[in-house]
Amino acid sequence: MTEKAPDGAYDAWLNAIEDGEGHYLECENDHGWLPPRRVCPVCSSRDLSEKSLPDSGEIASHTTITVPTPQFEDDAPYVTAIADFGPVSVTGLVRGVDPEDVGIGDVVGVEVGERETTGDRAVVLRPR
Amino acid sequence: MSDPRVAGAGVTSFGKHPERTGRDLFAEAGLEALDASGVDPDDVDALYYGNFMGELAEHQGHQGPLMAEAIGLDVPATRLEAACASAGAAIREAVKNLRNGEQDVAVVGGAERMTNIGTAAATDALAIAADDLYEIRAGMTFPGAYALMARSYFEQYGGEHEDLAHIAVKNHEHALVNEHAQIRKEITVEEAVDAPTIASPLGLYDSCPITDGAAAAVLTTAEYAEEHGLDAPVAVTGTGQGGDNLALQDRPHLAQTPAADKAADEAYADAGVGPDDVDFAEVHDCFTIAEVLAIESLGLYDRGEGIHAATNGETDRHGELPVNLSGGLKAKGHPVGATGVAQLATIAWVLDGSHPRADAVPDGTVGVAHNAGGTVASTTVHVLEVRE
Ligand SMILES: [Zn+2]
Repeated sequence: MTEKAPDGAYDAWLNAIEDGEGHYLECENDHGWLPPRRVCPVCSSRDLSEKSLPDSGEIASHTTITVPTPQFEDDAPYVTAIADFGPVSVTGLVRGVDPEDVGIGDVVGVEVGERETTGDRAVVLRPR
Repeated sequence: MSDPRVAGAGVTSFGKHPERTGRDLFAEAGLEALDASGVDPDDVDALYYGNFMGELAEHQGHQGPLMAEAIGLDVPATRLEAACASAGAAIREAVKNLRNGEQDVAVVGGAERMTNIGTAAATDALAIAADDLYEIRAGMTFPGAYALMARSYFEQYGGEHEDLAHIAVKNHEHALVNEHAQIRKEITVEEAVDAPTIASPLGLYDSCPITDGAAAAVLTTAEYAEEHGLDAPVAVTGTGQGGDNLALQDRPHLAQTPAADKAADEAYADAGVGPDDVDFAEVHDCFTIAEVLAIESLGLYDRGEGIHAATNGETDRHGELPVNLSGGLKAKGHPVGATGVAQLATIAWVLDGSHPRADAVPDGTVGVAHNAGGTVASTTVHVLEVRE
């Protein structure tokens, strides 16, 4: 295995979530994005400032994946969802709830967990 | 400059050919297209070639010149990559260069070798059309992403899994007579609904198979076709392309595909036609829900109405507006980089009456091809019309 460099602002973002300082970037027109970003893709503003990620969001859509990629072989079946946190949305693994009980509108928070298969860090959405 | 003509097309059998190299697949399709076109290979000015996962599946990048060589051409050759819309992007590039007088004859095509690496590695390779940091690392697969879109569609507009099953049943039935199709087997709505789930709510029959195959077409200017007495009545009269945020999480809607809206608007305006003029369409149904999103973006159905089209029999070969007479990606198969040109070939063959399902639209003059990349972050739309 070759040694792998961190992925810049993305790994810094995961570190921040682990430290309880989850954040996102917001442009002057209130469009929200997860880092890394240098420009808002909607309005082209380069004036992005760091805002605290809201404590909880709502699941917008979810799926239980039974045919995974090799990197998630031991995780399957698992739930992946997109959750809306106001101006920004976050995709993550849903943990702490039975897959059959996950629903649109469920309230979740963001944390960092590990993939069972590889031990790599992963964004986790957990019911609040 | 008048609209480019389709002088000839060739498509390999789509299916599992794990032992066949990409270059061999493309050579078969490309040589068939050249032979069918009646064009002297010395007259070909360029090759535009679509391929998505060559590095992962065959450890082969730089496939443009490799594929030119494979069909005996010494021409500038460029690979275009727009995930599953790679071949659509290749067509677009050729159309623009033929129209602007840069070239007289171009070969467009694409190929993908996928089954040699097995299902897990192919699932992984397809997934890289999504956002690595924010989607793949959250366990997203290609079916998983479309599952998120399907669930969101049901939530927003209604419809149910059984409606999607009707799309699968229709496309399987269409493919029964298509000798290029990977799956030529009739299925029932019950079988499709009851099939094992791959990413809820989508099951095995909501998903296109993993496919090896290639497609190619020879496009010429109308002037070249006339000068050389080619039998090439079908013209590419409109081309369009649209884009979107790569990650689903960054889009305002999970149940709409604005990249396809933009591509369709541009292609219709370019051709001077509208959705009402369309006689039939080949759309990118990598998953059953994708066909719904496609026919809505093409303006053939209002938002929230596309889900009922197959259930009501409107898009089958007996209906008002046949969709995916080839069997679509669902049954014909989806060798990713070849799909856009295979759609073009199908439409040209339906319009000139040589396709086995051409009797579905005996007087058809306008066909539309919709080729989408990833979760529709790239889309090309092409309008084809009979000109003579
Ligand atoms: Zn903005």
